[in-house]
Amino acid sequence: MQPGLRAAFAGAALALGAAVYQPPAKAAEISIACGALGVEFQLCKEGAEAWAAESGHTVRLVNTPNSTTERLALYQQLLAAGAEDIDVFQIDVIWPGMLANHFIDLRPYSNGAEAEHFSAIVENNTVDDKLIAMPWFTDAGILYYRKDLLEAHGKTVPETWQELTETAAAVQAAERAKGNDKLWGFVWQGKAYEGLTCDALEWIDSFGGGAIVDAKGKITINNDKAAAALDMAAGWVGTISPPGVLNYAEEEARGVFQSGNAVFMRNWPYAWAPANSADSPVRDKVGVAALPKGGPDGKNSGTLGGWQLAVSKYSANPEAAASLAMYLTSAAEQKRRAITGSYNPTIASLYQDEEVLYANPFFGSLYDTFTSAVARPSKIAGAKYNRVSNEFWNATHAVLSGKMDGATSLAQLEKKLKRISRNERW
Amino acid sequence: MTQQTLSPTAPAKAKAGGALSLSRSRVRAAWLFLAPMLLVLALVAGWPLARTIFFGFTDADLSDLANYEFIGFANYLEYDEGEWYGLLTDPEWWNAVRNTLVFSAVSVTLETVLGLIIALALNASFPGRGILRAAILIPWAVPTVVSAKMWGWMLHDQFGVLNDMLMGLGILSQPVAWTADPQLAMSAVIMVDVWKTTPFMALLILAGLQMLPSDCYEAARVDGVHPVKVFFKVTLPLIRPAIMVAVIFRLLDALRIFDLIYVLTSNSADTMSMSVYARQQLVDFQSVGYGSAASTLLFMVIAVLTVVYIVAGRVNLGEGGR
Repeated sequence: MQPGLRAAFAGAALALGAAVYQPPAKAAEISIACGALGVEFQLCKEGAEAWAAESGHTVRLVNTPNSTTERLALYQQLLAAGAEDIDVFQIDVIWPGMLANHFIDLRPYSNGAEAEHFSAIVENNTVDDKLIAMPWFTDAGILYYRKDLLEAHGKTVPETWQELTETAAAVQAAERAKGNDKLWGFVWQGKAYEGLTCDALEWIDSFGGGAIVDAKGKITINNDKAAAALDMAAGWVGTISPPGVLNYAEEEARGVFQSGNAVFMRNWPYAWAPANSADSPVRDKVGVAALPKGGPDGKNSGTLGGWQLAVSKYSANPEAAASLAMYLTSAAEQKRRAITGSYNPTIASLYQDEEVLYANPFFGSLYDTFTSAVARPSKIAGAKYNRVSNEFWNATHAVLSGKMDGATSLAQLEKKLKRISRNERW
Repeated sequence: MTQQTLSPTAPAKAKAGGALSLSRSRVRAAWLFLAPMLLVLALVAGWPLARTIFFGFTDADLSDLANYEFIGFANYLEYDEGEWYGLLTDPEWWNAVRNTLVFSAVSVTLETVLGLIIALALNASFPGRGILRAAILIPWAVPTVVSAKMWGWMLHDQFGVLNDMLMGLGILSQPVAWTADPQLAMSAVIMVDVWKTTPFMALLILAGLQMLPSDCYEAARVDGVHPVKVFFKVTLPLIRPAIMVAVIFRLLDALRIFDLIYVLTSNSADTMSMSVYARQQLVDFQSVGYGSAASTLLFMVIAVLTVVYIVAGRVNLGEGGR
């Protein structure tokens, strides 16, 4: 934090290092922060340990909060303090703009490997002509449904949100009449956090209501289509969705769906592997489709998510850390993660790989959903994105919890976003 | 004080020089003994406070703390192209202030009343009193983050034990989302805080009760005064100083509430306190300048309220312990 002090310390460390310096060949310990949604932590551990065995270094895994919002807060504190506790960070697709200062340029270590990955993600991860993170897996919101329940009640997979609402209500009522009184129609992420921004953006975009802020920085959120989308979602709470959905993140929604207590779920692809694991009550009963359209003239829309690996510039062993990041993002490791954990590769050729498609049939059928997902306005809002998203999820949460209707809330949101962006000057 | 006690010795004019140097050396010794404490205070309280106030006048950013510019009062209030910006015009800041005041007023009142009742009960002698006194302190001894997380699970709408019990008793017909429902979230937070800090109030008030002279009570008994009247005419006035000091401790604590709210409801606007707001600006939004300005205002709000309380309540902190 204080350059003078830091320089003094560095000097002292150098002197000390010279005194006790021993020739190389010493193994470094690299810490990596991985998420823990579904089987994520286990996969990360296996991958990192395979790298350790190959390279002779050791790895230490650091547990991080499940909520992206809380994880970002933790990272920001660690990085702002210049802490070297974590060498490799798993960062969200919306963070490169916010955290770029703290990461090293990976180009010297990548040997051009980034060319294999989806170019949109590589571009997203490139800040000031520095590749600050390697794409690890991509994400888009998708719809999970219970094949067995839809079949039993003679329903088809819904094409529009309106159809989903009707189907969910009908199946829920019929099942409850049979005594299955814990069953809900639809679970999703309604807690006031980044996940709600993703869900709400999908509803609004599928209605043709835009993506909050357009590419030129104009705030487009205050429109009738967006308000209609939010009002529709507010109608679910307490009818086809449990009232507690207002405090659900990904894992809470998966908990309800995987115990067999929901007909539909909106979630990321990671939920596929645990839902079909050996001990899952809904094994082989789950289908996956693109999220519904917002009415007949709407479109299917999934929010672009995904995670990258970045190396901290405060790392004591940047070279070993970069080597770990490159190993984990390689095609072989992404293939293993896709097969055992259904994490979407960021390498296009893996979507034609037979083993990957066998484990995740929907990777083929939903390829377009993954490649044309709607992006959150993190590029245009830059360092202010977090504030924009925070206002957006609060405005959405206010509608969902019945405090006000969509139009009122979005009008207020527009004012707040104008404040944040200083009248769209960003 | 040393000089005052020495000066009335009128005939000692000749010795004045000696007395003065004596008093001076005592003053010097006093400063010497105080110095380590003052130094520590300056380091752990003064320096961070000064730094926070200083950052409140800059546009510092968490991602690069070395570079910042001095921007005067712009974090507090600024006029830019026909619009007012800054903390003082931010409705969310005022929402946080209102939440904090509501939380503090309600929770401290409940804790004082409940703490007083518990203290009165524990003041009576009955078998097993020692064990009960220790047991009642348990909620206070559990770290806040742990108890908040524990309550978070107990209040959960799907797996929570509270809903299960209330539904078993037939009070609720369907699960309630205690921490998610905007109408209930603040009440849930207050309930957990009352559960946690009532023992602290009870302990402080009990300490006051234990020091009461027994003769007033004997006199009251001889005169045959009703126990309720004894409580309001004898006990309450006598332990008032202890209660006032206990309340000020709690009030200072409640006004800077952070951990409980953050763990139970994170950044939700329904329960956001001033500290949660400041942290959000500082960490989540990375604006160290704006967040420091919010922290400074938080400090001033607490300072003003404390002064108002001390003046209005005529609290004598010097002998409050009695």
